[in-house]
Amino acid sequence: MENNQNFINDNYLNYVKSVSPKTNEKRSLIRAFLVGGLICSIGQGLRYMFQYLVGLEGDELAAYVSAVMIFLGAFLTGLGVYDRIGKFAGGGSIVPITGFANSVVSPAIEFKTEGYVYGVAAKMFVIAGPIIVFGVASSVLVGLIYYGIYNIF
Amino acid sequence: MRTFYYKNKPSIIGVSSVGGPKESAGELGEYIEIKSNDDTFGEKTFEKAEKKMLYTVIDNSIKNANKGIDDIDAIIAGDLLDQIISATFSARSFDAGYLGVYNACATFTEALTIGAALVDGGYLKNVVCGTSSHFSSAERQYRYPLELGCTRPPQAQWTVTGAGACVIGQGEGAKISCATVGRVVDFGVVDVNNMGAAMAPAAADTLYTHFKETGKTPDYYDVIISGDLGILGSRILTDLVWQKGYDISKNYLDCGAMVYKNAKKEYQGGSGAGCSSMVFCAYFYKMLREKKLKRILLMSTGALLSSLSSQQGESIPGIAHAVCIEI
Amino acid sequence: MEIFLMFLKVFAVGGAICTLAQLLINYTKITAGKILVYFLLAGAILQAFGLYQYVVDFAGAGATVPISGFGYLLSKGAMEGAKESLFKAITGGITAAGMGITAAIVFGYLFALIFKSRSKKN
Repeated sequence: MENNQNFINDNYLNYVKSVSPKTNEKRSLIRAFLVGGLICSIGQGLRYMFQYLVGLEGDELAAYVSAVMIFLGAFLTGLGVYDRIGKFAGGGSIVPITGFANSVVSPAIEFKTEGYVYGVAAKMFVIAGPIIVFGVASSVLVGLIYYGIYNIF
Repeated sequence: MRTFYYKNKPSIIGVSSVGGPKESAGELGEYIEIKSNDDTFGEKTFEKAEKKMLYTVIDNSIKNANKGIDDIDAIIAGDLLDQIISATFSARSFDAGYLGVYNACATFTEALTIGAALVDGGYLKNVVCGTSSHFSSAERQYRYPLELGCTRPPQAQWTVTGAGACVIGQGEGAKISCATVGRVVDFGVVDVNNMGAAMAPAAADTLYTHFKETGKTPDYYDVIISGDLGILGSRILTDLVWQKGYDISKNYLDCGAMVYKNAKKEYQGGSGAGCSSMVFCAYFYKMLREKKLKRILLMSTGALLSSLSSQQGESIPGIAHAVCIEI
Repeated sequence: MEIFLMFLKVFAVGGAICTLAQLLINYTKITAGKILVYFLLAGAILQAFGLYQYVVDFAGAGATVPISGFGYLLSKGAMEGAKESLFKAITGGITAAGMGITAAIVFGYLFALIFKSRSKKN
């Protein structure tokens, strides 16, 4: 039985690594920092707005801010702007919650051609699905552990 | 022996090419027969657009060869989409035999090799060979949704939105004189963004085999053309062939590296099943007809992966078929 | 002045978290989807030990807007629920994150109805 190992040619892979172009390290980091910082600052601006103009606070304030951020990310994705921001900023636009919105909306739009049920609705979470799965699973785990701690001690 | 000679040297008697907006604005834009500013080609989905492109070039190449559909015995076509739907669905509209072929981006020379053999043996009279690819349909099948904000690594390539088809028969035109069938070669590259590096060993194997079996040297050809190795892949190929004792650095070109303006900005250049067919049918065929080139070796290169195989951790096997075309 | 200082902190911390993600992208072959999962889990685990709260208190949106803030929210909800009952220990996480998930689904579907996917030019 031939297995994959037989094909691997380490000399060649090392050679490829040495001739492959590298990402512009410094530039990509600076861009990620600037765009990431900017998106978070917009979030902070929204916090102040909701706090002083609407009078929200605590969890409710945080929830509305994240909803608006998700709206913005989704809207920019629909307009076809967010992919360009992403190309420029890399991690700077992937990690903020707007990037989460982008990863939900982009497949939803993309698979519209396969219908509204099996296309849009089913494909909506092809990229973001793991976030919900791991997020909810870990929160249940944390909840159970803490419940155990509170009830034993 | 993987190299063989066509005794009657079948001719390429008509060609047609179509390119999307980016390709039409590219380095070879002026040579493309049908240039489109709309990459949906008036269709609702990108898959339908790709089908329409392939249909158009098949139809036009038959007209350009001064033939009717009655003269065509078979269409040999392929593309990158699952179950090669672009090829199959465009063949649906023609009253001719159909052979669907798949060798990823090497499909064009695979189709030429088979088509020329069928015509050369006298089994079929006229055969159309065509391939297509579309950036947007390939992107969503192999990578991510178009609107997802992710960065392209610098070794990535850009799938060509385009198609090319040619009619092989007996008559006036560039002649196909010999072919070398490629072998599946895998050196263990797993980076799906570095197709050039994955395909280069297969291309080197085919080239080396071709030279060894024919006894020819690289300077026998006016130009040696690879399909879509890109800038990085071309460099690797030149190095690999050099190690085997052949110098192709003087007369070697890559369709992917030459298709876009300022290829560095498109990272490594174009790729896709439509890349070599569009560039050959638009540019090299014209150069042959105008006798600016007399003898070329066209070698499309393919990366035989699927989105499943790479998720399962498989490395990327490559393939390349070479066809000698002369006037 | 206080607000200006706050924005400075938000920018620095938010930017730093994103830069960390970019470092991971540059040095490993981790894809965007996995980066999001790792950062989410990092936020959830840090908060499970009560640590992410300090970052949130310090930098506000700089810590809550990145996806790690989402993980923080989930853990925090579960921990608060655990104080009350088993039921709330289980549902607390998703309740706290409910607004975000709902917004993503509703806006996602809505915009899919309105917009179309476009080809990229470069």
